[in-house]
Amino acid sequence: MKKVLVLGATSAIAQATVRLLAARGASLYLVGRNAANLDAVTKDAATRGAAKVESKAVDLNDFATHEALVEGAFQALGGLDGVVLAHGVLGDQAESQATWTATEAVLRTNFMSAVSLLTPLANRFEAQKAGTLVVISSVAGDRGRQSNYVYGASKGALNVFLQGLRNRLAKANVAVVTVKPGFVDTPMTAHLPKNKLFASPEKVARGLLRAADSRKNEVYVPGIWALIMLIIKSIPESVFKKLKL
Amino acid sequence: MKSLESWGRYPRVEQRTQALTWRSDALPEVSGSVLPHGLGRSYGDSCLNGGGTLLLTSGLDRFIDFDPATGVVRCEAGVSLDMILRLGAPRGWFLPVTPGTKFVTVGGAIANDVHGKNHHCAGTFGRYVRRFELVRSDGSRRICSPDENPDWYGATIGGLGLTGLITWAEVQLKPISNPYVLQETVPLANLDEFLVVARESEADHQFTMAWVDCLARGKKVGRGLLYRGNFAPPQFDGLPLAKSHLSHGIGLAVPMDMPSFCLNRLTVSAFNWLYFHRQNGKPKQRLTHYDPFFYPLDAIYGWNRIYGRKGFLQFQCVVPYSTARDALKDILERSSRGGLPSFLSVLKTFGDIPSPGWLSFPRKGVTLAMDFANRGEKTYRLVEELDRVTREAGGAVYPAKDARMSPESFAAYFPRHTEFAGYVDPAFSSSFWRRMHPVSLPFSLESERASGAPQPQSVLALR
Repeated sequence: MKKVLVLGATSAIAQATVRLLAARGASLYLVGRNAANLDAVTKDAATRGAAKVESKAVDLNDFATHEALVEGAFQALGGLDGVVLAHGVLGDQAESQATWTATEAVLRTNFMSAVSLLTPLANRFEAQKAGTLVVISSVAGDRGRQSNYVYGASKGALNVFLQGLRNRLAKANVAVVTVKPGFVDTPMTAHLPKNKLFASPEKVARGLLRAADSRKNEVYVPGIWALIMLIIKSIPESVFKKLKL
Repeated sequence: MKSLESWGRYPRVEQRTQALTWRSDALPEVSGSVLPHGLGRSYGDSCLNGGGTLLLTSGLDRFIDFDPATGVVRCEAGVSLDMILRLGAPRGWFLPVTPGTKFVTVGGAIANDVHGKNHHCAGTFGRYVRRFELVRSDGSRRICSPDENPDWYGATIGGLGLTGLITWAEVQLKPISNPYVLQETVPLANLDEFLVVARESEADHQFTMAWVDCLARGKKVGRGLLYRGNFAPPQFDGLPLAKSHLSHGIGLAVPMDMPSFCLNRLTVSAFNWLYFHRQNGKPKQRLTHYDPFFYPLDAIYGWNRIYGRKGFLQFQCVVPYSTARDALKDILERSSRGGLPSFLSVLKTFGDIPSPGWLSFPRKGVTLAMDFANRGEKTYRLVEELDRVTREAGGAVYPAKDARMSPESFAAYFPRHTEFAGYVDPAFSSSFWRRMHPVSLPFSLESERASGAPQPQSVLALR
């Protein structure tokens, strides 16, 4: 990936990924919501060696801007060969259970806005018959659990969408990489108590880029989550529904 | 509440933590006092805030700008010196002043006005800080430089993180032609020889420091090895040195706390004997990469765990030349007599280049740094004695490495402390700062220590 669009560039995992891409001398188009924070990430990437860095502060929940945003990224970098989609919200399960509004906000950001962005991106990548689409999903999308099934559902829907997209774009030589991190120590999880399963954003970023470089389909980062989720997925539903997970 | 340690692992205090992420954010609102905390390489309690909140600055680790033509780097306060070296060294720029570890943040280097092996010709880190932004708890933001808000600039350099939060800083790097240092090692028979050789070495060496065997006694007090060096010229013995071979240490780690019986008089004296005699008594010259030359201990990740759970106390003082010989002899003999091994002791000379910082520690004279394994009351008493000897010799003790200096000593060492106190942010405090200002306590610190009551730090933590 030499010319990369990063969506949600101020998130911790995206920032760590941007640093690695900058050190490789990639050209970057960074998109985030908060202009001041986006500026900090942009200047950091430029100082660390990115060949070119452009940025655009927008709220990705405004779907009407997506077509123009994608067009702008292609123009600014003279084409794109990579996308890292990293924006998302954790939401609050209790609030989501109480009101549809809270549930809808999680689904809009994590699923619908991703689909809205990936639609024009996939079409362009399919036409140019090259490129890599990397999307940060979550292990939470593998199985619904009472503690965060709304967030999980948004990521699970995203996973299925990406499977279909991968199936469609395979013949156009476009890679679709689903990255499923486990617990990551970021501002998104600042309120949670930490344990040994929490990985640093840097570690997740390295795993993400390894997967992108080798055009993997679905990867768990860190790898231990492949085993954990295999076990969790294989528990029979009749038993699972009685567990407190 | 969690127990976050300083590098010496003593004292242990309970405090909350709050991670900072963006430099443009307002200070988080918390009850009680706050203190910025970088990588926690200060040894004593100056980077701790018992009962309060530490503002963790490691998330403020972005670069803002680097000009490879002038060597001026602008970055957030949580950027480490290691990150600056990785950016600058391959492009021919090095830190103008560096302490013995590169795992120090820029904010921490300013707050402690750190010095290096080149103090005699370069002064302190603060001299190379062109500007920085200081955020106060009243929401104000100030750009501080020698010309803009010079009083805040002077108070904050060496200000122990108490004047507010430094969000970003601009530092002038210095040019190097390659990453290698031409190093010479000279054996020293005793303290007198150190004083002669060190002064001679200052004339044509940028970097000098000496390791001392602090178990040596009698005529051998101050026996050791003096290291001196300069960045190598672009060519050395006809070999081109342009290519940078950045090594990142040998990657050893201390995997666990070592049991305390590993460190005793016998093992330390055996180590010291071997270390000294490796040299054969003759000066040696060699070419070395900057990493092992400046940061020998960084190669052993978590070396502080060698001292075990109870940790260790570091003591670093500077004494003027007029009293140096007697005072240092006294200090070295006391620590040797105490039977408490100091694993690593370092002697170095300071020049008289002034720092802009009001509370800057370095001043013209000779500085000695020692580590003492924490053996409880015996160790505390020894360090307090060394503090007293230093004060009587007209010297000073380094707050970043201190856990036991008395408030009277602090006042004597830092004559501008009252002026400084007026610049301390009302919401900021540290365990060290409260230890230095115990007047408001309903009891005296001295009687607390004498009565064997809980450690003063833990009592102060309740405030």
